[in-house]
Amino acid sequence: MKLLTGNDLPSGAVIWWTGSGWSRHVEDAADVGDNGEAILQAESGARRVNGGYVIDASETPEGPRPAHIKDRIRALGPTVRADLTLKPADPEAGSWVI
Amino acid sequence: MYRYDKYDQAIVDARVAEFRDQAARRLAGKITEDQFKPLRLKNGLYLQLHAYMLRVAIPYGTLDSRQMHMLAHIARKYDRGYGHFTTRQNIQYNWIKLEEAADILAELATVEMHAIQTSGESIRNLSSDQYAGATADEIADPRPWAELIRQATTFHPEFSYLPRKFKIAVTAANEDRAAIRLHDIGLKLVRNEAGEEGFEVYIGGGMGRTPFVAPLIRPFLPADHLFSYIEAALRVWNRNGRRDNIHKQRIKILVHDLGQEEFTRQVEAEWQEILKNGSDVPRAEFDRIAAYFAPPPFETGLSEEVDRSDPDFALWLDQNVKAHKAPGYAIVNISLKPVGGIPGDASADQIDLMADLAKQYSFDELRVTHAQNIVLPHVRKADLHTVWQALHDAGLAEANLDLISDIIACPGLDYCSLANARSIPVAQKIATRFADLGRQRELGELKLKISGCINACGHHHAGHIGILGVDRKGTENYQLLLGGSGAEDASLGKITGPGFSEDGIVEAVERVTDKYLEVRENGERFLDTYRRVGFEPFKEAIYG
Repeated sequence: MKLLTGNDLPSGAVIWWTGSGWSRHVEDAADVGDNGEAILQAESGARRVNGGYVIDASETPEGPRPAHIKDRIRALGPTVRADLTLKPADPEAGSWVI
Repeated sequence: MYRYDKYDQAIVDARVAEFRDQAARRLAGKITEDQFKPLRLKNGLYLQLHAYMLRVAIPYGTLDSRQMHMLAHIARKYDRGYGHFTTRQNIQYNWIKLEEAADILAELATVEMHAIQTSGESIRNLSSDQYAGATADEIADPRPWAELIRQATTFHPEFSYLPRKFKIAVTAANEDRAAIRLHDIGLKLVRNEAGEEGFEVYIGGGMGRTPFVAPLIRPFLPADHLFSYIEAALRVWNRNGRRDNIHKQRIKILVHDLGQEEFTRQVEAEWQEILKNGSDVPRAEFDRIAAYFAPPPFETGLSEEVDRSDPDFALWLDQNVKAHKAPGYAIVNISLKPVGGIPGDASADQIDLMADLAKQYSFDELRVTHAQNIVLPHVRKADLHTVWQALHDAGLAEANLDLISDIIACPGLDYCSLANARSIPVAQKIATRFADLGRQRELGELKLKISGCINACGHHHAGHIGILGVDRKGTENYQLLLGGSGAEDASLGKITGPGFSEDGIVEAVERVTDKYLEVRENGERFLDTYRRVGFEPFKEAIYG
């Protein structure tokens, strides 16, 4: 599957295209198929995303899993500070990244 | 330390207002990201993995408690309660919002701080010796010269659109604590036979994708001509530097391609032309700046005695405390490398504590080192135990200065969008493997440096043991280097062979240190043993 991701312009937060808007949670990310660049162009122009790009991901029972570790780190947060991630209380979160 | 005059303050305040307007126009869509990016970079604002990252300038690593408290305040109010001290003596915040960036800069301006030219294709923060003004082994305090260059190169119209970033370091001692030969320009303050002050000028050093140790371009430059000579070098580079290939844009490439002799000839010729303009900074202006760096009012008649009866304190004393030029005083190194912690990070509470200690015990002055530690430069020996106790209670008393767990590590893939691999977990695992202080002290001075990508922000080329994280078919992989040095005996590390996994690199490092202990002689440092026995014995130990 293909996901569209980027950063929120005012806050810099990592965001994922859900199909109808943007979410901070990769679990909400939608498969953009071949439409990623077109969506990105529209959303960038409207300043609803900054620095966006399309990535490969796999479907899993937990939701989309970005193919590259960099995007998994973006999705969750720094592996060395669980308290700063989106899932500070989840002991399995780190292994999802790695 | 230097204090802004009304012109300095006006410049910084105007810059804040300008950036506030630029950011507002970006948020309103009146300028694109391509237009805005070079503007925000020149104010130290990156877009990184998780958020915007702000790099605040700490000129030549010197600051006072008021400024340090502001850094803690920024961490609490605008970030997530901590900051990261960098290999260029700056501080970085990882969770910044663009919509608040101008407010942060405005608050920094109230304490004479900014983020100007900490990124982008500009002349970056001047770096210097963290023991400047406190050590007996320097010709004079190099920091007035660093301040002079800083002022002369900030917003310099000719050098605002350089081919690439430019980094200058200044020292004044034979022991190089600022890695000057791994900078674009490295300056060492010296005296000639007539007793006149001048500089050894090294040009063309750097790490990154193509590392070089800078050659000596001029053995003696009269001090009053420092700025005109730097101008000459920058002009030659600005004119000839390669803007067509981002990987070949640094001055080190030009020096290498032209050769030392031709590069020197061009710089000297340009310099002779510039001298006709009389554009050097007047000595009166240097004296005005230097007056701010007069030594503090050291007390006399102080005791040299230190009660060593507390064994933990004694270990810290032996490892982290260095001799001061004034009798009765000492230089305190605060390690930001707790075993298993994140190298260079400090919480807002820890930053506040260090500020308080500086104000009370160090003539209100601190230094940031390029090894990502903090220095209290002027502490009475009589106060050392009290200072240590406070540091100990705050988790800041790791007695590991220059030992294997005193690791330089870039933020790596946990934070940085340029990275290929994580560096912090590797640092944590190595430090934990070697946690026993007795073992570390047996190994002695061993500077281990880790970079998460080829840009070498972790200085891996200059590590006695260096580690470079790479992306190997989508998996993190780590290359091992041996024999680098960022000191006056500068050298570049040599890659040992095939890379390792995260756990594998820890094992490899241990095999290296085991081999060192096996073959060292007469209490040699690791680096000296490596240089004596060569690469092969270590390669065999690593790979079998």
